[in-house]
Amino acid sequence: MDAIILQILNGLDKGSAYALIALGLTLIFGTLGVVNFAHGALFMIGAFCAVTLNRILTLSHQVVDESRKDFLGNPLKVDVPYVNDWFGEAAGATIIDWSVPLAILFSIPVMIAIGVIMERGLIKHFYRRPHADQILVTFGLAIVLQEIIKYFYGANPIPTPAPDVFRGSFDFGVLLGFDPNVIIYPYWRLVYFAFAALIVGAVFAFLQFTTFGMVVRAGMADRETVGLLGINIDRRFTIMFGLAAAVAGLAGVMYAPINSPNYHMGMDFLVLSFVVVVVGGMGSLPGAVLAGFVLGVLESFASMNEIKTILPGIDQIIIYLVAIIILLTRPRGLMGRKGVMED
Amino acid sequence: MFGLGKKDTTVFVVVIILALCAPFILNPFPGNSSLAQFNAGYPDLMQRFVIFGIFAIGFNLLFGLTGYLSFGHAAFLGAGSYAAVWMFKLLSMNVIPAILLSMIVAGLFAVVIGYVSLRRSGIYFSILTLAFAQMSYNLAYSVLTPITNGETGLQITLDDPRILGSSATADGGIPVTNLFGLEMRHFTTVDIGAWSFNFSVGYYLCAAIMILAFYVAVRIFRSPFGMMLRAIKSNQQRLYYTGLNARPYTLAVFVISGMYAGLAGGLLASMDPLAGPERMQWTASGEVVLMTILGGAGTLIGPVLGAGFIKYFENIFSKINDGVLHSWFAFLPDGLENFIVTLVHPFVGKGWHLTLGLMFMLVVIFLPGGLVEGGQRIARALRRGKSEDNGAANKASHEPAE
Repeated sequence: MDAIILQILNGLDKGSAYALIALGLTLIFGTLGVVNFAHGALFMIGAFCAVTLNRILTLSHQVVDESRKDFLGNPLKVDVPYVNDWFGEAAGATIIDWSVPLAILFSIPVMIAIGVIMERGLIKHFYRRPHADQILVTFGLAIVLQEIIKYFYGANPIPTPAPDVFRGSFDFGVLLGFDPNVIIYPYWRLVYFAFAALIVGAVFAFLQFTTFGMVVRAGMADRETVGLLGINIDRRFTIMFGLAAAVAGLAGVMYAPINSPNYHMGMDFLVLSFVVVVVGGMGSLPGAVLAGFVLGVLESFASMNEIKTILPGIDQIIIYLVAIIILLTRPRGLMGRKGVMED
Repeated sequence: MFGLGKKDTTVFVVVIILALCAPFILNPFPGNSSLAQFNAGYPDLMQRFVIFGIFAIGFNLLFGLTGYLSFGHAAFLGAGSYAAVWMFKLLSMNVIPAILLSMIVAGLFAVVIGYVSLRRSGIYFSILTLAFAQMSYNLAYSVLTPITNGETGLQITLDDPRILGSSATADGGIPVTNLFGLEMRHFTTVDIGAWSFNFSVGYYLCAAIMILAFYVAVRIFRSPFGMMLRAIKSNQQRLYYTGLNARPYTLAVFVISGMYAGLAGGLLASMDPLAGPERMQWTASGEVVLMTILGGAGTLIGPVLGAGFIKYFENIFSKINDGVLHSWFAFLPDGLENFIVTLVHPFVGKGWHLTLGLMFMLVVIFLPGGLVEGGQRIARALRRGKSEDNGAANKASHEPAE
């Protein structure tokens, strides 16, 4: 029992990342009808927003510290971040420590800007071209974005720590009446899950309860009629693209402490997120979220030793296997809408 | 000639000449000049040109004719490589059985994957093939280690049985791959003035097979079967209404295309008897997509050009470093020189992928027919210029993009 709970928990954080990326992909597909292969790159750029903010905050100048001497007796030069000068030592240290959560604020405008530029500058011209062309051009864009990041940040993963408060693990077992230290779970992953749930909730609420969201949903159902009613649906869809980019970016920002950002992390997640979208059902937002979590949890179950001894290697292929079975038996996906990409 | 039309014969002859004279064509700069680093006429790289040419020709048969975009073609290349290395380990170091087996294995593999994937089309087909290829890659990395030797990759060793050959050579070394005694790595160098040209056995074997593969592809393009595939691309629905089932045709071309990939994999292993799982990774599948699109999907010669282009970039363009750039722009004033070098720096050397990505995007956006279409447009523009000079009213003929 405890092992099962532990695996469910382990699957949640990866599942959260899948769900968030898949949610963005589905938003783009549902509104604009474009298959965005560059979405993984947006996730990666989000993670590098966290890295960038961390670097900006730790920008420092050297100060000669008279109180500390090196072994020759000369005064030691110490790097002092500018934030320490501005806000005082304690506050400065806290700001640097909290750089990842702060990066959320930093990344939202950046990601929306990138998303809008991408849509207006490139994707717009591909609405009337075949899906294969859309895949190809966004695939090329993904390569370009990836290489730009590699040029500025290098090829090695960059460790980006979470705030000190969230270091360490939470003992879930005690809460549920098991022995201590049986089910322990890092705090940051809990935060990630909660954050993902919050974002998913916010996106759904936005679509469900605002006038803007209502128009967008109407546009998803019948773009032409909404246009005929005198609503500029294109502009709203552009904003949705920016929003989808922001969702992917936020998923990346918060993922940075879990997995040190490197330039190809986006591609690794992208392949799986596509599988998630297909399993959930092309164009179905709840389907994408559900499939994200289900596949994340399934993946962590498959990596249990008990299962691996029966079916060796199952942990490596379970997601793909599920996708293949779903596509062949239920082509519409778990919650796919009727008539969306059903060929 | 050989049952080809007049235009196809020209293309075919051009390919033969290009392939046979590659050691000269790719070595245009004398060995002592500063441009010698752009020479690509060494056997290892030339082999890559033609092998990936075969891979791209095969991919183009599927994507160019039917429009099914497979994102998992590298799985067949990898399977072919493994099959060939196993043949070297178990049977003999002769490349013929190895290449044959690699084609058969890749073909069978393609039957299985194609049978499942081809039930869907469009984006679903792409994702299904991607899923299968990633599955094979992950399996080759982990569970199938007894067959694939995991991360290290499959290599030939001294204690392999090699029933028809010897486990080791007389002086205790690992035997090399050969074609009935002709060693693959053997090559002769001919020096003419400052130029030195390499003629390698391995390259000419690959080139001969490439020419054959190209010929088969042309015949498929022009056959009724090829017409059928084009019909599938233009409108599958209409095909169903006329009472034809498209799936046997798509499966057939998928398997043929998979066998081309297997052949390429087998040749790769024949030139260098080593096979690793990274050959199956989806980035490798992406590479063949890049090659085909860049060269011109649906055209005969496009994929070959694209493959050569990308491999040339990968090996030559990536060698340009800051020192080389400085020597090029040395004629400029110092400040300007440094400025230009900083400007160009991100795009060359290690950043060549960036240039490739940008070029690929530009091609997809502006030249959906790839380099071939670019060439045709230039040719048409030139012809139009000439006809205007003559004042002749003959309109520039609009050639089909083939």
